[in-house]
Amino acid sequence: MEEDIRLMKGNEAMAEASIQAKCDAYFGYPITPQSEVLEYLSREMPGRTGIPLQAESEVAAINMVYGAAAAGARVWTSSSSPGISLMQEGISYIAAAQLPCLIVNVNRGGPGLGTIQPSQGDYFQATKGGGHGDYHLIVLAPSSVQEMADFIYLGFELADKYRNPVMMLSDGAIGQMMEKVVFKKGREVKKVEKPWATIGKTIDRSRNIITSLFIQPEKMEKVNLKLNAKYEEICKNEVRFEEIRTEDAEYLLVAYGLSARICHKVVEIAREEEIKVGLLRPITLYPYPYNRIFELAENIKGALVMELNAGQMIEDVKLAVNGRIPVEHYGRMGGIIPSPEEVFEYLKKCINKW
Amino acid sequence: MRDKEIKDILGGGPASEDEIILPVCTINEDENWEMIYERPYTLTETKFHYCPGCGHSTIHKILAEVIKELDIQDKTIGVAPVGCSVFAYEYLDLDMQQAAHGRACAVATGVKRVLPDKYVFTYQGDGDLAAIGTAETIHAINRGENILIIFVNNAVYGMTSGQMAPTTLPNMKTTTSPYGRDITKVGYPMKVSELIANLPGAFYVTRQSVNSAGNVRKAKKAIMNGFKYQKLNKGTCFVEIVSNCPSNWKMTPLETNDFINNDMIKYYPLGDVKLPSKEDLKELELKQSEVL
Repeated sequence: MEEDIRLMKGNEAMAEASIQAKCDAYFGYPITPQSEVLEYLSREMPGRTGIPLQAESEVAAINMVYGAAAAGARVWTSSSSPGISLMQEGISYIAAAQLPCLIVNVNRGGPGLGTIQPSQGDYFQATKGGGHGDYHLIVLAPSSVQEMADFIYLGFELADKYRNPVMMLSDGAIGQMMEKVVFKKGREVKKVEKPWATIGKTIDRSRNIITSLFIQPEKMEKVNLKLNAKYEEICKNEVRFEEIRTEDAEYLLVAYGLSARICHKVVEIAREEEIKVGLLRPITLYPYPYNRIFELAENIKGALVMELNAGQMIEDVKLAVNGRIPVEHYGRMGGIIPSPEEVFEYLKKCINKW
Repeated sequence: MRDKEIKDILGGGPASEDEIILPVCTINEDENWEMIYERPYTLTETKFHYCPGCGHSTIHKILAEVIKELDIQDKTIGVAPVGCSVFAYEYLDLDMQQAAHGRACAVATGVKRVLPDKYVFTYQGDGDLAAIGTAETIHAINRGENILIIFVNNAVYGMTSGQMAPTTLPNMKTTTSPYGRDITKVGYPMKVSELIANLPGAFYVTRQSVNSAGNVRKAKKAIMNGFKYQKLNKGTCFVEIVSNCPSNWKMTPLETNDFINNDMIKYYPLGDVKLPSKEDLKELELKQSEVL
């Protein structure tokens, strides 16, 4: 397959990928550090494919996504932390109405207006619900510009496959930094039939209704059970992760996204000093690779979770190892990105304790 | 069969058969009756849950009739957000979307942008459109989204049982303005039609009512226009319907009709607020003849 190699920001790469993945529409509202997406699409979509629209707010943007997804379109939106908070109502409705779409969070530091610098402080929000009610998003965590582009395809496909919203949880660093990104020309774009979509009722079928309202307790519970069955199916089929040097590891680093890149370097430094460190990088944050981490805990002495937050994913790692091994956390906040050496120093302190 | 139906209507409960006085009329089932009115096929057979005398039932009916008469069932998508009419999809035999409170205009924008050749309408109450959804409403109209907004203004939050709405009249009592709406403290009833007619994106703005047979006919005509004008792709059509809420106004249906005439319409005068130009109407005629 012919390759189109470009140097791009993560935000631009995913915008370009969405056009190549033949998305029908994008609705967004400017917010740093991801405004390049709306800018890129406003410039590139006309004359190619898809409709870009600048909404009056993130609240409106996510509801435009709702309407377009319910009309059968391949649609997405992106924002950054405060904007994603505003979208939570809509995301809950989208999950309840089972509408396939893609939402990208280019995570910045919080709480509140916080900072425009990178952060992983929205892990809980992304993976544990975020909005009201019992629901889950499929959450993808890219750690490179290339993955920001690739996960656009994957995100649309998973959304269609499960009729479920997918969130890509990136951060301000991957969104803003420039890297080589490869677009494969003529890459197959998978689309599915959507017989449930509201496109106008024809005489050969009964009307299609997109709703999240189920007043009777019996009906509501049935919907909840149906959603849960779907989430179980997703957990069975869609867990994705990457392992680096875990085959003989005595100590395990667990990190996703930007943190995983730093930890990859930590593994190299440690190995040079003949300390057997491995890295597990969850690619899907929901579903989470609980089973694999549990298995790895069999042969390791301790795990260090590195995140750009006060300690969020560590709860899932603790759940996964179920008390088998000690789990420590190294987190920086406010947009500060630690160097691999800093993390390595902290890891050595942990190892001394273990 | 007919006797039983009449009993059901009159009885309203488990009254014994002796107590029911049947009206003096005999219907010969064998006679050839001429059908002069029937339920439009665009309405489902589900009975309305609306309170007796509520305007929603009438507005649903004329909306369904318009879609039937224009023969656009297969090209129409409706959006009904939170409010008494959130269940509109139970009654309208159309592809429908239920939207979050206040967000119908954003949802309809999403639909229309990806299905530009379809007819898209929202059906919203006053709390939904003029309080929580003000931003979505104004911006959708300001973009000139080519949709029809049906705005049912009954001056009260119906679904949550009678709280003050942005359109509640001065001194009108509701559960959250128990001493009457005090405009010095909570502000004035919002005249939405006049407000949004100032936006260049608004193409057709009219205020109607359904409190008399004549007004029902006029409201139906307005809704008909709202659909027809979508063909022109020139902006948003907005049909406000001043309606009633017998349950929350604590009035009989007939009293509500009088209240509309004597109080509501004084504040919310009926009639067209913004009309298409003659050139626009000529263009529409041309387009319609092209289709034929």
